[in-house]
Amino acid sequence: MAENTNSNEVNPYQKRKNKLEMQKQLITFALMILFTIIAFVIVATGMMQKMFVIPVLLILAIIQVAFQFYYFMHMKDKGHDMPALMIYGGIWAALLTLAGLGVITWW
Amino acid sequence: MSHDHSLNPETMPHEPEKATLEGKNKFLGFWFFLGGETVLFACLFGTYLALKESTAGGPTTNDLFGLELVFIMTILLLTSSLTSVYAMYHMKNNNFKKMQLWLGITAVLGFAFLGCELYEFNHYIHEYGFTFRSSAFGSAFYTLVGFHGGHVTFGLLWLLALMIRNAKRGLNLYNAPKYYVFSLYWHFIDVVWVFIFTVVYLMGKVG
Repeated sequence: MAENTNSNEVNPYQKRKNKLEMQKQLITFALMILFTIIAFVIVATGMMQKMFVIPVLLILAIIQVAFQFYYFMHMKDKGHDMPALMIYGGIWAALLTLAGLGVITWW
Repeated sequence: MSHDHSLNPETMPHEPEKATLEGKNKFLGFWFFLGGETVLFACLFGTYLALKESTAGGPTTNDLFGLELVFIMTILLLTSSLTSVYAMYHMKNNNFKKMQLWLGITAVLGFAFLGCELYEFNHYIHEYGFTFRSSAFGSAFYTLVGFHGGHVTFGLLWLLALMIRNAKRGLNLYNAPKYYVFSLYWHFIDVVWVFIFTVVYLMGKVG
Protein backbone atom coordinates (compact mmCIF):
# COMPACT_ATOMS: atom_id res chain seq x y z
CA MET A 1 0.00 0.00 0.00
CA ALA A 2 2.92 2.31 0.53
CA GLU A 3 3.33 2.38 -3.24
CA ASN A 4 0.01 4.12 -3.59
CA THR A 5 0.98 7.48 -4.93
CA ASN A 6 -2.56 8.70 -5.47
CA SER A 7 -1.20 11.44 -7.64
CA ASN A 8 -3.81 13.44 -9.52
CA GLU A 9 -2.05 12.97 -12.82
CA VAL A 10 -3.74 10.88 -15.44
CA ASN A 11 -2.89 10.74 -19.11
CA PRO A 12 -4.12 14.16 -20.42
CA TYR A 13 -6.09 12.65 -23.31
CA GLN A 14 -8.00 10.44 -20.89
CA LYS A 15 -8.53 13.34 -18.51
CA ARG A 16 -10.08 15.43 -21.29
CA LYS A 17 -12.30 12.50 -22.25
CA ASN A 18 -13.44 12.12 -18.65
CA LYS A 19 -14.25 15.81 -18.54
CA LEU A 20 -16.38 15.63 -21.69
CA GLU A 21 -18.17 12.63 -20.21
CA MET A 22 -18.86 14.62 -17.03
CA GLN A 23 -20.42 17.44 -19.08
CA LYS A 24 -22.83 14.93 -20.60
CA GLN A 25 -23.69 13.69 -17.12
CA LEU A 26 -24.48 17.25 -16.01
CA ILE A 27 -26.80 17.76 -18.99
CA THR A 28 -28.48 14.47 -18.05
CA PHE A 29 -28.96 15.71 -14.49
CA ALA A 30 -30.46 19.01 -15.69
CA LEU A 31 -32.92 17.14 -17.90
CA MET A 32 -33.89 14.81 -15.05
CA ILE A 33 -34.59 17.78 -12.76
CA LEU A 34 -36.63 19.34 -15.56
CA PHE A 35 -38.74 16.18 -16.03
CA THR A 36 -39.28 15.97 -12.27
CA ILE A 37 -40.47 19.58 -12.11
CA ILE A 38 -42.81 19.06 -15.10
CA ALA A 39 -44.34 15.99 -13.40
CA PHE A 40 -44.91 17.83 -10.10
CA VAL A 41 -46.31 20.94 -11.83
CA ILE A 42 -48.80 18.87 -13.84
CA VAL A 43 -50.15 17.29 -10.65
CA ALA A 44 -49.96 20.37 -8.39
CA THR A 45 -51.84 22.64 -10.80
CA GLY A 46 -54.32 19.97 -11.91
CA MET A 47 -53.93 21.33 -15.44
CA MET A 48 -54.55 18.03 -17.18
CA GLN A 49 -57.48 15.63 -17.30
CA LYS A 50 -57.14 12.55 -15.13
CA MET A 51 -57.25 10.27 -18.16
CA PHE A 52 -54.13 11.88 -19.64
CA VAL A 53 -52.18 12.62 -16.47
CA ILE A 54 -51.29 9.04 -15.54
CA PRO A 55 -49.80 8.03 -18.94
CA VAL A 56 -47.88 11.32 -19.11
CA LEU A 57 -46.46 10.82 -15.60
CA LEU A 58 -45.43 7.25 -16.44
CA ILE A 59 -43.74 8.33 -19.67
CA LEU A 60 -41.81 11.07 -17.80
CA ALA A 61 -40.72 8.48 -15.19
CA ILE A 62 -39.58 5.99 -17.85
CA ILE A 63 -37.53 8.65 -19.65
CA GLN A 64 -35.89 9.65 -16.35
CA VAL A 65 -35.08 6.06 -15.49
CA ALA A 66 -33.63 5.49 -18.98
CA PHE A 67 -31.33 8.48 -18.42
CA GLN A 68 -30.31 7.06 -15.06
CA PHE A 69 -29.47 3.64 -16.53
CA TYR A 70 -27.81 4.76 -19.77
CA TYR A 71 -25.88 7.79 -18.50
CA PHE A 72 -25.44 7.66 -14.72
CA MET A 73 -24.97 3.88 -14.72
CA HIS A 74 -23.06 3.94 -18.05
CA MET A 75 -25.19 1.38 -19.88
CA LYS A 76 -24.55 3.39 -23.08
CA ASP A 77 -20.81 2.59 -22.85
CA LYS A 78 -18.95 -0.30 -24.43
CA GLY A 79 -18.91 -3.63 -22.58
CA HIS A 80 -22.40 -3.26 -21.12
CA ASP A 81 -24.14 -5.98 -23.15
CA MET A 82 -24.41 -8.34 -20.20
CA PRO A 83 -25.66 -5.63 -17.79
CA ALA A 84 -28.28 -4.63 -20.39
CA LEU A 85 -29.32 -8.28 -20.71
CA MET A 86 -29.62 -8.64 -16.93
CA ILE A 87 -31.59 -5.45 -16.39
CA TYR A 88 -33.92 -6.02 -19.36
CA GLY A 89 -34.41 -9.59 -18.12
CA GLY A 90 -35.36 -8.11 -14.75
CA ILE A 91 -37.69 -5.58 -16.39
CA TRP A 92 -39.34 -8.39 -18.38
CA ALA A 93 -39.97 -10.44 -15.25
CA ALA A 94 -41.15 -7.27 -13.48
CA LEU A 95 -43.70 -6.55 -16.24
CA LEU A 96 -44.98 -10.14 -16.05
CA THR A 97 -45.34 -9.78 -12.28
CA LEU A 98 -47.26 -6.52 -12.63
CA ALA A 99 -49.46 -8.00 -15.36
CA GLY A 100 -50.15 -11.07 -13.21
CA LEU A 101 -51.07 -9.03 -10.14
CA GLY A 102 -53.17 -6.69 -12.30
CA VAL A 103 -55.09 -9.55 -13.88
CA ILE A 104 -55.96 -11.25 -10.58
CA THR A 105 -57.07 -7.91 -9.12
CA TRP A 106 -59.13 -6.25 -11.85
CA TRP A 107 -60.07 -8.89 -14.42
CA MET B 1 -3.26 -8.21 -2.73
CA SER B 2 -3.46 -4.44 -2.97
CA HIS B 3 0.29 -3.95 -3.23
CA ASP B 4 0.19 -5.68 -6.62
CA HIS B 5 -2.32 -3.16 -7.86
CA SER B 6 -1.13 0.17 -6.58
CA LEU B 7 -1.99 3.03 -8.87
CA ASN B 8 0.19 5.76 -10.24
CA PRO B 9 -0.03 7.76 -13.47
CA GLU B 10 1.87 5.07 -15.40
CA THR B 11 -0.20 2.12 -14.20
CA MET B 12 -3.60 3.79 -13.88
CA PRO B 13 -6.01 1.91 -16.16
CA HIS B 14 -8.91 3.74 -17.85
CA GLU B 15 -11.46 1.75 -15.91
CA PRO B 16 -9.90 0.73 -12.59
CA GLU B 17 -13.18 -0.92 -11.54
CA LYS B 18 -12.92 -3.49 -14.33
CA ALA B 19 -9.15 -3.92 -14.55
CA THR B 20 -9.02 -7.14 -12.51
CA LEU B 21 -10.94 -10.39 -12.96
CA GLU B 22 -12.44 -9.89 -9.51
CA GLY B 23 -13.60 -6.42 -10.53
CA LYS B 24 -15.16 -7.71 -13.76
CA ASN B 25 -16.99 -10.44 -11.85
CA LYS B 26 -18.29 -8.00 -9.25
CA PHE B 27 -19.51 -5.69 -12.00
CA LEU B 28 -21.44 -8.48 -13.78
CA GLY B 29 -22.70 -10.07 -10.58
CA PHE B 30 -23.96 -6.76 -9.31
CA TRP B 31 -25.96 -6.07 -12.47
CA PHE B 32 -27.48 -9.53 -12.09
CA PHE B 33 -28.45 -8.62 -8.53
CA LEU B 34 -30.03 -5.36 -9.78
CA GLY B 35 -32.11 -7.36 -12.27
CA GLY B 36 -33.42 -9.37 -9.31
CA GLU B 37 -34.08 -6.21 -7.30
CA THR B 38 -36.19 -4.92 -10.21
CA VAL B 39 -38.45 -7.96 -9.84
CA LEU B 40 -38.60 -7.56 -6.04
CA PHE B 41 -39.77 -3.95 -6.31
CA ALA B 42 -42.20 -4.84 -9.13
CA CYS B 43 -43.91 -7.27 -6.72
CA LEU B 44 -44.20 -4.54 -4.09
CA PHE B 45 -45.48 -2.00 -6.63
CA GLY B 46 -48.02 -4.50 -7.99
CA THR B 47 -49.26 -5.24 -4.47
CA TYR B 48 -49.50 -1.54 -3.68
CA LEU B 49 -51.49 -0.79 -6.84
CA ALA B 50 -53.86 -3.65 -6.11
CA LEU B 51 -54.47 -2.58 -2.49
CA LYS B 52 -54.27 1.23 -2.54
CA GLU B 53 -58.05 1.68 -2.68
CA SER B 54 -58.59 -0.70 0.27
CA THR B 55 -58.42 1.98 2.96
CA ALA B 56 -60.91 0.37 5.40
CA GLY B 57 -62.50 3.79 6.05
CA GLY B 58 -59.12 5.32 6.97
CA PRO B 59 -57.30 8.15 5.20
CA THR B 60 -56.85 7.86 1.43
CA THR B 61 -53.79 8.71 -0.64
CA ASN B 62 -55.28 12.12 -1.38
CA ASP B 63 -55.82 12.91 2.33
CA LEU B 64 -52.34 11.84 3.38
CA PHE B 65 -49.79 12.92 0.83
CA GLY B 66 -48.27 16.39 0.60
CA LEU B 67 -46.33 17.18 -2.55
CA GLU B 68 -43.90 19.67 -0.95
CA LEU B 69 -42.03 17.14 1.18
CA VAL B 70 -41.98 14.57 -1.63
CA PHE B 71 -40.52 17.17 -3.98
CA ILE B 72 -37.75 17.99 -1.50
CA MET B 73 -37.00 14.27 -1.02
CA THR B 74 -36.89 13.75 -4.79
CA ILE B 75 -34.43 16.60 -5.28
CA LEU B 76 -32.25 15.34 -2.39
CA LEU B 77 -32.02 11.82 -3.79
CA LEU B 78 -31.58 12.93 -7.40
CA THR B 79 -28.77 15.29 -6.37
CA SER B 80 -27.10 12.53 -4.37
CA SER B 81 -27.15 10.44 -7.55
CA LEU B 82 -25.26 13.23 -9.33
CA THR B 83 -22.73 13.59 -6.51
CA SER B 84 -21.92 9.88 -6.75
CA VAL B 85 -21.37 10.37 -10.51
CA TYR B 86 -18.86 13.08 -9.52
CA ALA B 87 -17.21 10.63 -7.14
CA MET B 88 -16.77 8.07 -9.95
CA TYR B 89 -15.44 10.85 -12.22
CA HIS B 90 -12.71 11.54 -9.67
CA MET B 91 -12.05 7.82 -9.30
CA LYS B 92 -11.35 7.62 -13.05
CA ASN B 93 -8.99 10.58 -12.67
CA ASN B 94 -7.25 8.74 -9.83
CA ASN B 95 -8.08 11.47 -7.33
CA PHE B 96 -8.89 9.62 -4.12
CA LYS B 97 -9.43 12.66 -1.88
CA LYS B 98 -11.98 14.28 -4.16
CA MET B 99 -13.73 10.93 -4.59
CA GLN B 100 -14.08 10.59 -0.81
CA LEU B 101 -15.29 14.19 -0.58
CA TRP B 102 -18.07 13.65 -3.13
CA LEU B 103 -19.04 10.36 -1.54
CA GLY B 104 -19.25 12.22 1.78
CA ILE B 105 -21.65 14.74 0.19
CA THR B 106 -23.64 11.80 -1.20
CA ALA B 107 -23.91 10.36 2.32
CA VAL B 108 -25.09 13.70 3.77
CA LEU B 109 -27.81 13.97 1.11
CA GLY B 110 -28.80 10.35 1.75
CA PHE B 111 -29.16 11.00 5.50
CA ALA B 112 -31.21 14.14 4.77
CA PHE B 113 -33.52 12.03 2.59
CA LEU B 114 -33.85 9.43 5.32
CA GLY B 115 -34.62 12.13 7.90
CA CYS B 116 -37.45 13.46 5.69
CA GLU B 117 -38.85 9.96 5.31
CA LEU B 118 -38.83 9.35 9.07
CA TYR B 119 -40.53 12.72 9.61
CA GLU B 120 -43.13 11.76 6.99
CA PHE B 121 -43.93 8.37 8.55
CA ASN B 122 -44.05 9.92 12.01
CA HIS B 123 -46.46 12.57 10.70
CA TYR B 124 -48.80 9.96 9.19
CA ILE B 125 -48.81 7.88 12.36
CA HIS B 126 -49.39 10.72 14.82
CA GLU B 127 -51.55 13.13 12.81
CA TYR B 128 -53.65 10.61 10.92
CA GLY B 129 -53.31 7.43 12.99
CA PHE B 130 -52.24 5.80 9.72
CA THR B 131 -50.08 2.78 10.53
CA PHE B 132 -48.93 -0.50 9.02
CA ARG B 133 -52.01 -2.15 10.57
CA SER B 134 -54.62 0.49 9.64
CA SER B 135 -55.66 -1.05 6.34
CA ALA B 136 -54.45 -3.09 3.39
CA PHE B 137 -53.42 0.24 1.86
CA GLY B 138 -51.38 1.01 4.99
CA SER B 139 -49.57 -2.34 4.86
CA ALA B 140 -48.83 -2.04 1.14
CA PHE B 141 -47.69 1.59 1.47
CA TYR B 142 -45.31 1.06 4.39
CA THR B 143 -43.92 -2.15 2.85
CA LEU B 144 -43.15 -0.52 -0.50
CA VAL B 145 -41.85 2.85 0.72
CA GLY B 146 -40.26 1.28 3.80
CA PHE B 147 -38.39 -1.27 1.69
CA HIS B 148 -36.98 1.59 -0.34
CA GLY B 149 -36.05 3.45 2.86
CA GLY B 150 -34.41 0.26 4.10
CA HIS B 151 -32.36 0.13 0.92
CA VAL B 152 -31.27 3.74 1.52
CA THR B 153 -30.29 2.89 5.11
CA PHE B 154 -28.32 -0.16 4.01
CA GLY B 155 -26.65 1.87 1.25
CA LEU B 156 -25.57 4.57 3.72
CA LEU B 157 -24.07 2.02 6.12
CA TRP B 158 -22.31 0.34 3.20
CA LEU B 159 -20.94 3.68 1.98
CA LEU B 160 -19.67 4.70 5.43
CA ALA B 161 -18.02 1.29 5.88
CA LEU B 162 -16.26 1.64 2.49
CA MET B 163 -15.13 5.21 3.12
CA ILE B 164 -13.80 4.53 6.62
CA ARG B 165 -12.17 1.18 5.82
CA ASN B 166 -10.32 2.54 2.79
CA ALA B 167 -9.60 6.04 4.13
CA LYS B 168 -5.90 5.35 4.68
CA ARG B 169 -5.45 2.86 1.85
CA GLY B 170 -6.07 5.22 -1.02
CA LEU B 171 -7.43 4.07 -4.33
CA ASN B 172 -6.23 0.76 -5.72
CA LEU B 173 -7.49 -1.95 -8.01
CA TYR B 174 -8.73 -3.92 -5.02
CA ASN B 175 -11.15 -1.27 -3.73
CA ALA B 176 -12.05 0.54 -6.98
CA PRO B 177 -14.65 -2.16 -7.92
CA LYS B 178 -16.15 -1.87 -4.42
CA TYR B 179 -16.69 1.87 -4.82
CA TYR B 180 -18.01 1.46 -8.35
CA VAL B 181 -20.52 -1.23 -7.38
CA PHE B 182 -21.73 1.01 -4.55
CA SER B 183 -22.35 3.83 -7.03
CA LEU B 184 -24.44 1.45 -9.17
CA TYR B 185 -26.49 0.52 -6.09
CA TRP B 186 -27.04 4.17 -5.23
CA HIS B 187 -28.25 5.00 -8.74
CA PHE B 188 -30.60 2.04 -8.60
CA ILE B 189 -32.11 3.39 -5.38
CA ASP B 190 -32.84 6.59 -7.26
CA VAL B 191 -34.42 4.59 -10.11
CA VAL B 192 -36.80 2.98 -7.62
CA TRP B 193 -37.58 6.37 -6.06
CA VAL B 194 -38.53 7.81 -9.47
CA PHE B 195 -41.26 5.18 -9.68
CA ILE B 196 -42.27 5.69 -6.05
CA PHE B 197 -42.77 9.43 -6.39
CA THR B 198 -44.62 8.91 -9.68
CA VAL B 199 -46.79 5.90 -8.85
CA VAL B 200 -47.37 6.38 -5.12
CA TYR B 201 -47.35 10.13 -4.52
CA LEU B 202 -48.18 11.88 -7.80
CA MET B 203 -50.69 9.27 -8.99
CA GLY B 204 -52.07 9.17 -5.43
CA LYS B 205 -52.78 12.89 -5.65
CA VAL B 206 -54.43 12.57 -9.05
CA GLY B 207 -56.84 9.97 -7.77
